[in-house]
Amino acid sequence: MNVRRLLDRESVLAPLLLLPVVLYVVLFIGFPFVMSFVYSISNVTVGNPDFRVTGLGNFREILADKVFQKSLLNTFIFTFVSVGLVLVFAHALAEILIRDFRGKWLVRFLIMLPWTAPIALGSIGFLWFLDSLFSPLDWLLRAVGLLGKPGALFGPMSNLYWFGRPDLAMAAVIGVHVWRLLPLATVILIAGLNSIPKEITEAAQMDGAGYFRRLFQINLPLLFPVIGVSILFATFFTFTDMTVVWVLTKGGPPPHSTQVLASLAFLKGIQGGDLAQGAAVALFFFPVLAGIAAIVLRLVKKAVVI
Amino acid sequence: MAIVELKGISKSFGQVRAVDGVDVEIKDGEFLVLLGPSGSGKTTLMRLCAGLERPTGGSIVIDGSVVNDVPPRERGIAMVFQSYALYPHKTVFRNIAFPLTVEGMDKAEIRKKVEWAAGLLGIGHLLDRMPSQVSGGEKQRVAIARALVRRPKVLLMDEPLSNLDAKVRHSARDELKKFQREIGVTTIYVTHDQAEAMGLGDRIAVMHEGKVRQIGTPDDIYHYPADTFVAGFVGTPPMNFIEKDGLLTGFRPELFHPAELISDQDPVRFRFRIERVENLGAYSLAYGTIGSVKVIANLSPRLRIREGEERDFGVSRQDVRYFDKQTGAGIRR
Repeated sequence: MNVRRLLDRESVLAPLLLLPVVLYVVLFIGFPFVMSFVYSISNVTVGNPDFRVTGLGNFREILADKVFQKSLLNTFIFTFVSVGLVLVFAHALAEILIRDFRGKWLVRFLIMLPWTAPIALGSIGFLWFLDSLFSPLDWLLRAVGLLGKPGALFGPMSNLYWFGRPDLAMAAVIGVHVWRLLPLATVILIAGLNSIPKEITEAAQMDGAGYFRRLFQINLPLLFPVIGVSILFATFFTFTDMTVVWVLTKGGPPPHSTQVLASLAFLKGIQGGDLAQGAAVALFFFPVLAGIAAIVLRLVKKAVVI
Repeated sequence: MAIVELKGISKSFGQVRAVDGVDVEIKDGEFLVLLGPSGSGKTTLMRLCAGLERPTGGSIVIDGSVVNDVPPRERGIAMVFQSYALYPHKTVFRNIAFPLTVEGMDKAEIRKKVEWAAGLLGIGHLLDRMPSQVSGGEKQRVAIARALVRRPKVLLMDEPLSNLDAKVRHSARDELKKFQREIGVTTIYVTHDQAEAMGLGDRIAVMHEGKVRQIGTPDDIYHYPADTFVAGFVGTPPMNFIEKDGLLTGFRPELFHPAELISDQDPVRFRFRIERVENLGAYSLAYGTIGSVKVIANLSPRLRIREGEERDFGVSRQDVRYFDKQTGAGIRR
């Protein structure tokens, strides 16, 4: 039988087309996942060929570790504040962008721009933008008199020292992350808003519903499946992200003010050489993310789709 | 008493004049049909009444006050949309109750009113279902109930029957008319279906290119069309036109008979060359020419007519209409 006839058979073609994906998942996701599980219950370190199963000792240790507790809390703050802000801003932007106005393409282009830039480059841009001495943002605030004078709104010092103060550092990390997630969330919400028939909005208008009643009683319930998926994506991206944190603050300022689980796992496992503890930290993602995914997907399935 | 008055209403979208200086008065309790082909501006005119569009010229008066700048919810108008636009995530009960909930009415009162509206339309047993669980005809009733529950001064309907299949559409039309008479709500009804317009309307406004070409009773519109557009748009098959004595002569296919069958002593005669006969059961259509102009006759199927023959046909003089050759405007004689 020649190759062409063979490829016409679905029983041959289907596995063949699926093979690359299956290989990818097994090699780059499945294997590391299993390895991290094995590592987390062992004593393995970077320089030591010794391998001994130590049970749940690593977990007991990191749970008692103040740095881990702080990182876990930071991760939740980082994730929920970012996702919340992304949803609100993305909805506002989507509402604007589904309307027709002059220069709409330019606004759309500018909003999509962060998405096209590699996140590391974008973060480096912000690193300079929020620099302790040369920040143009601080310069702007000084120029309009909000900073650097006695009695100014942001204090009398000449700079805000974004990465030197715990609250500002966290705000900066969250801000950059929101900036980065916003385009994708906006695009998803635009698609969702466009899928609501215009007549339903108009019917609600005729029935006397004002903007906020339409938003909370008509649009949001109808958008729920779409918003659910956005929340899922945004949560995953944020919960597992270390790029923004690593480029901007490396978890600082001390003591670990912006340390998150992803950066802590990297710090312990790769930079600190303790693969076993790094793996144990990283494994904390799994139950949390799997749980969120299950909840959201179940809610989305229940929601009415038009 | 006129409850809705449209005075010189215009609406442009960029360069396009969708509605172009329309004057219409709608009487209290009247059923007015806006009839026209797609793009004639009939839906835009209705949306202007609803307040979903703002007019670029003229004024809309409802119940004595100008409402140009009044938002939809304060106009006392309700609308039934072509797609019904039910809220898919709310039960039938909550769909109908929505306009009342918005007003902040108390729950017992809402329940009473919803049950009244649902009873009126015979959908009391569907109140706990979701819109996706009821049929097309039932959806339409839910949409009408939602529109009526607030007791609007004016009910607007945008092609409400066009999404129903042919069988249901017939009975729905009948019920619509009955129930509109019963509660006597002033109704403006948009359609492109002339049978619907003729059957439902107390009066019909025929629209074309943003203008009202004629407004009158179904009888007026059919028998005394104001111009060649109305004559050609209303009636299937449309009116025949023949140029004669410098005027356009128009006559309805069903009034065009073999000359010997016409009781009129002096009918207008034509030599009709029959090319094709279609027997449609209740009647048959004879397609042919007078001179070189195509003409259709609607005849009794019992009449013996052969394809290819040429016969003397005629129209009773009182049934012939005349139109200006250039403008197409009707000429009364």
